[in-house]
Amino acid sequence: MQIPAPFDYVRATTVEDALELLARHGPESRIIAGGHSLLPMMKLRLSRPEWLIDINDLFELDFILRDGEDLRIGALTRHTTLLESDEVHRLFPIVRDAELVIADPVVRNRGTIGGSLCQADPAEDLSTVCAVLGAIAVVRGPGGERTLSMHDFHRGPYQTAVGPDELLCEVRLPIRARSASAYEKVERRVGDWAVGAAGASVTLAEDGSIADAAVGLTALGLDHTVEEAAGLLRGKRPSEELFADAGRLAAEACDPVADQRGPVDYKRHLADELTRRVLRRACARAAGHPDQPATPTQEG
Amino acid sequence: MTVIHERESNPAAGDADRPIGYGRIQRKEDPRFVRGKGHYLDDIVLPGMLHGAVLRAPVAHARLVSIDTTNALAHPKVHAVITGKDLEGLKLAWAPTLSADVQAVLVTDKVRFQGQEVAFVVAEDRYAARDALELIDVEYDVLPPLVDARRALDADAPLIRDEMEGRTDNRIFDWEMGDAAETDAVFAGADVVVSQEMVYPRVHPAPMETCGAVADFDPVDGKLTLYETTQAPHAHRTLFAIVAGIPEHKIRIVSPDIGGGFGNKVGIYPGYILAVVGSIVTGRPVKWMEDRSENLMSTSFARDYIMQGEIAATKDGKILALRTNVLADHGAFNATAQPTKNPAGFFSIFTGSYDLQAAHCKVTGVYTNKAPGGVAYACSFRVTEAVYLVERMVDVLARKLEMDPAELRLKNFIKPEQFPYANKTGWVYDSGNYEAAMRRSMELAGYEELRREQQEKRAKGELMGIGLSFFTEVVGAGPRKHFDIVGLGMADGAELRVHPTGKAVVRLSVQSQGQGHETTFAQIVAEELGIPPENIDVVHGDTDQTPFGLGTYGSRSTPVSGGAVALVARKVREKAKLIAAAMLETRPEDLEWEKGRWFVKGDPTAGKTIEDIAMAAHGTLTLPEGVDGNLDAEVTYDPPNLTFPFGAYICVVDVDPGTGRVLVRRFIAVDDCGTRINPMIIEGQVHGGLTDGVGMALMEIIEFDADGNNLGGSFMDYLIPTAMEVPDWETGFTVTPSPHHPIGAKGIGESATVGSPPAIVNAVVDALAPFGVTHMDMPCTPARVWAAMQGRATPPI
Repeated sequence: MQIPAPFDYVRATTVEDALELLARHGPESRIIAGGHSLLPMMKLRLSRPEWLIDINDLFELDFILRDGEDLRIGALTRHTTLLESDEVHRLFPIVRDAELVIADPVVRNRGTIGGSLCQADPAEDLSTVCAVLGAIAVVRGPGGERTLSMHDFHRGPYQTAVGPDELLCEVRLPIRARSASAYEKVERRVGDWAVGAAGASVTLAEDGSIADAAVGLTALGLDHTVEEAAGLLRGKRPSEELFADAGRLAAEACDPVADQRGPVDYKRHLADELTRRVLRRACARAAGHPDQPATPTQEG
Repeated sequence: MTVIHERESNPAAGDADRPIGYGRIQRKEDPRFVRGKGHYLDDIVLPGMLHGAVLRAPVAHARLVSIDTTNALAHPKVHAVITGKDLEGLKLAWAPTLSADVQAVLVTDKVRFQGQEVAFVVAEDRYAARDALELIDVEYDVLPPLVDARRALDADAPLIRDEMEGRTDNRIFDWEMGDAAETDAVFAGADVVVSQEMVYPRVHPAPMETCGAVADFDPVDGKLTLYETTQAPHAHRTLFAIVAGIPEHKIRIVSPDIGGGFGNKVGIYPGYILAVVGSIVTGRPVKWMEDRSENLMSTSFARDYIMQGEIAATKDGKILALRTNVLADHGAFNATAQPTKNPAGFFSIFTGSYDLQAAHCKVTGVYTNKAPGGVAYACSFRVTEAVYLVERMVDVLARKLEMDPAELRLKNFIKPEQFPYANKTGWVYDSGNYEAAMRRSMELAGYEELRREQQEKRAKGELMGIGLSFFTEVVGAGPRKHFDIVGLGMADGAELRVHPTGKAVVRLSVQSQGQGHETTFAQIVAEELGIPPENIDVVHGDTDQTPFGLGTYGSRSTPVSGGAVALVARKVREKAKLIAAAMLETRPEDLEWEKGRWFVKGDPTAGKTIEDIAMAAHGTLTLPEGVDGNLDAEVTYDPPNLTFPFGAYICVVDVDPGTGRVLVRRFIAVDDCGTRINPMIIEGQVHGGLTDGVGMALMEIIEFDADGNNLGGSFMDYLIPTAMEVPDWETGFTVTPSPHHPIGAKGIGESATVGSPPAIVNAVVDALAPFGVTHMDMPCTPARVWAAMQGRATPPI
């Protein structure tokens, strides 16, 4: 049994209470939700918080709610809830694509969207999902509530704009007509961190051309979306050539590092390959075509 | 010979319909496991028990400059801190390994691998023990590490074992089998010679339960009770007597329920010795239980063989000879658990299932700055490496000759009439019908149809691969005159007592780690005596309660202890015959046996059941001259030869050409383990081994960086397969009993682990044939498969 260094523990009862506890215990305190990132780090004694503030009783942060042109998701919403939500799937199919390949059911039953985004692991899938969907993060602190685009929220590997006395409370996903999205990941084994993954969201114009698009990459050394690909895609009609060009741009934009999961050239190749796949699938979905089975055919 | 009679399980069947003897019955041990009532090492709590924790080296190679334990000792809950210096005083700083080497219990001079044991803290609870580790100050003088085995024999390589007098290099042994000159001559005259280097990477058995011990030394009577996660309790008792100087009769080893062993729990780890020292020093029981990272980083690894293979054949596909040179990385201490005369285990079975004219292998073992071990992970003493070599080489040859790999194998098999078959490296294969097993697997797979499907897919650019492997295992060591571990002959004992009411207890020297011994061995007694398995208690894992024997590894429990149990039951049966004759007032030679009773020949109504006889044996009957008043017996079984299970495996994979992802779509496993005692248990063993094979072929590897850091120290980094990576296993069987074994059984525990990796790799290589790929090394991760597709396949080490 791996045993963490000594720490104190307290359960917050409300968001206000959690914020007060954060203020009281200072920067050596950590919020714990699902605990699937923090607890392993603590057991290895790589993370040694003095206080854990448990927010699992904050049911007020566990919701999925349609509110006008936004889908609002509470930060404490579990991966399983996101995976199983038909409404989320209908509006943002990328979420189910991603949730199906996030860890395993045991982790998904506990892990939360807020925890995932705040951990900001470079191999974490929901950061990419939220980035390509143009999500807005709602953060509360002593000074009240503020909203941040994912670009402003995500500051790089393991870094977010959430201050030590703040709490991520909600994620808002803007709902757009004629839009769809997709996600695909390569992993060495179910539950392993991604070797690489890509997500895409597209909005089609009435004439079937691409009105707006976003492409994001996971674990490939790119924090936000591939702006060059979005620029290329806008105004063009979906085609294999266009997806291939976008894939090339994604491969150029990424900056992966070699590790046990693969060397740089392979990861760059994945940026290209997976970008093409998710764009193909997102465009087909936006045009109302049913998903084709994942094709193991030679491509490109 | 035993009649094979498999009755399907029928949960609705009453007792009368259940098989008494061999057959598909549910495991007797499972009710306690499925109800959470198993009793594992970490469940043991003794009064006054303290907890130990090991401080481990953060670097791979470093001189130990100083250790300061002052602050740790000042911790209010710490009872003792033990260092290498303390052990030197007790002459326990170094302990003998199972391979005629020594291993540091705690570092005294220098660290030789990352994760090596440096100090041991004994504290009130496990939390305090872990906290106190951080209070020990150690100063290291870091040395350049030796990580690459290929560099181990270079003149400028760091010398790992500089404490050994006269040692100037890292060579542990050179070992050869077969006739080099004869082999070279056959190669020189062959039409076709192909060679291939292949790496079987370092992997780890990773049992679900990590290793641990609870030592309870009684200072009054001097008796040590040591609860251990061990596959070999009796061998451990003898070794502890030798190492610790405690008289053997004052040592009791108890191996409770074991959560998986796979060879990981054969050796004696420093933690076990430290728990004993901790108990002696504090006068209280001490528990030590390693965590997952400790298990992965410091306990017995497996494989780590770099093999250069060569195969010679005629141009029409008759295989003539095989030869190989192997570089074996044994880590910092030679601590492999294997028979004394076999430094490379049973690797010389690399001639496989083929009738060859010549064969030769040379294995060089070297030290590196890595954890010791080497024979583990269900490898049957290196048969995994041997089978991988020959089965990959045959596929490499098939490609060269443009022959179907099934056809090439069928053409070269040892034929049924050639058994017993003496191969070119000194083994005598007991029995086999290889073609029948091969054809059965091809039939189950629909081999011709699969090849047609592959052609269609290739035309569309899809990558489908079909891989074959035909393995011959060699298990069941002894015979004791040839095979020993640190001088202890590899025989096993069994004791059987039939109680007055006809219920029985059988005591074994082997220890189950999940294989279902409590069921299998009860079924063997049941088959021989006709006592229902549920009326037979199987006792194992406690040296005070069981006869001596070498334990469970190398698939030896059924071949060796199974023989012992069958023979002890027959001994009881013969004794029962004498008693029955007295009861029936007739001569023993006039009696005939049917399962469960002796009766008078020609008069079946005049008979006595085993229950009747048991009561009479313990009762008032006047017993014949020389017959004791019980129905008990004991034997030690020394097998006359090893047994040679075999099997034919076919794997079907799909490879995603865009990402290199491998999907194992189908796996067909036909096993022949001789007589089948409980088919359900056999299938369970096969399923587990096949899953191991998927793990090794696709994802498992313990890697090291250039500084000697272990990169596989957690389950985040060391991947083992899940249900999501494996297909529905399709199993089949043939039955070719061993002619020399009392019940014709050959053993099954490791067959699938041995046989499956080459089938999977052969399938991946076959899938990649359109890219001109003729070989790739494990693990076939997406990145490595993609590199192979680009023509850049590289060895993993």
